[in-house]
Amino acid sequence: LLKMRLRDLESFLSQVDAFEEPKIELEQYPTSAHIAAHMLYTMENDYGDIEGKVVADLGCGCGMLSIGATIMGSGLTIGFDIDEDALDIAENNCAELEVPVDFIRCNLVQQTVSQDGTLADLPWKGAKVDTVIMNPPFGTKKNTTGIDMLFVQRALQLAETAVYSLHKTSTRNFIMKKAKEWGYEMKVLAELRYDLPATYKFHKKKSVDIEVDFIRFSKIKSTSE
Amino acid sequence: MKLLTHNMMASHCKGAKGGYPLKVKCTEMTEEEVDFNGEFIARMLPRIQFDALRQTVGEIGLKTSLPGAVPDDAATNETFLKELHHVLLEVQIVEGELECPDTGTKFPIKNGIPNMLLPEE
Repeated sequence: LLKMRLRDLESFLSQVDAFEEPKIELEQYPTSAHIAAHMLYTMENDYGDIEGKVVADLGCGCGMLSIGATIMGSGLTIGFDIDEDALDIAENNCAELEVPVDFIRCNLVQQTVSQDGTLADLPWKGAKVDTVIMNPPFGTKKNTTGIDMLFVQRALQLAETAVYSLHKTSTRNFIMKKAKEWGYEMKVLAELRYDLPATYKFHKKKSVDIEVDFIRFSKIKSTSE
Repeated sequence: MKLLTHNMMASHCKGAKGGYPLKVKCTEMTEEEVDFNGEFIARMLPRIQFDALRQTVGEIGLKTSLPGAVPDDAATNETFLKELHHVLLEVQIVEGELECPDTGTKFPIKNGIPNMLLPEE
């Protein structure tokens, strides 16, 4: 398989259509082709976590990261999202760009008590995917507080090898503490300026830069092994 | 939806005891060529529930030369891996329905995307 160059990856991903009308209650911020390309490139070239792997994209929205993972050579990519409109756009993107991605519409943060398995609230049997990639809601609205960590929990349950995610830098210490509690180590791979377009009316400026960490989570290896 | 994805899914509705495998009713199916990667398929072998896959193949009426059980030399048996590749990755369910085997709850598949939201959502 031919390794794609970073520039070509970004240029290909710039064809991916974003939300027509982003939903504020779902914190639908699009992932730019630039950020997506850098994330995917790092995942594959530094860690080998995409090519020939099963990759899940939680809260996939219009499919930017899913499509990127697939053209980087994943064996299978599955995008999960609750929003039908976003999934329609994602499916159209995949059809137009001829990139095969499977999508599942479901609620990723349903809070039910599980009887036995930790994945009881996902429509999933329990076999793991290799890698999870995601740009979850930041959980910064009143009604979405904590949703980012619920996404991380689901992702860690689902992934065999690693989870890659974007989080506000201001929450880094908290996430680090939580990850450790759950038995995972996290590494900040990059600090990004995330350029949020003025998608929402309450943003007065044309765009707002926020500081975001690109994080890799993986299981803490026991020292006895 | 590819059958590999389906093979990893389960019903998560209230009252489901495992919810596996989800029954498939398929009204439209397509087949699209995907590059064969034998290493990938071999690596998937331990994660695949083969009996469930056989059942699904029967439900959607797919003609296949897959044997009744995973052969002993599966990981190196190219004929087997190629057919498994075809069934897992090239067959696509476009329209139809998934059904929880325990509760009968139905989940529609439209444009290839199963809607797994529970009735109360």
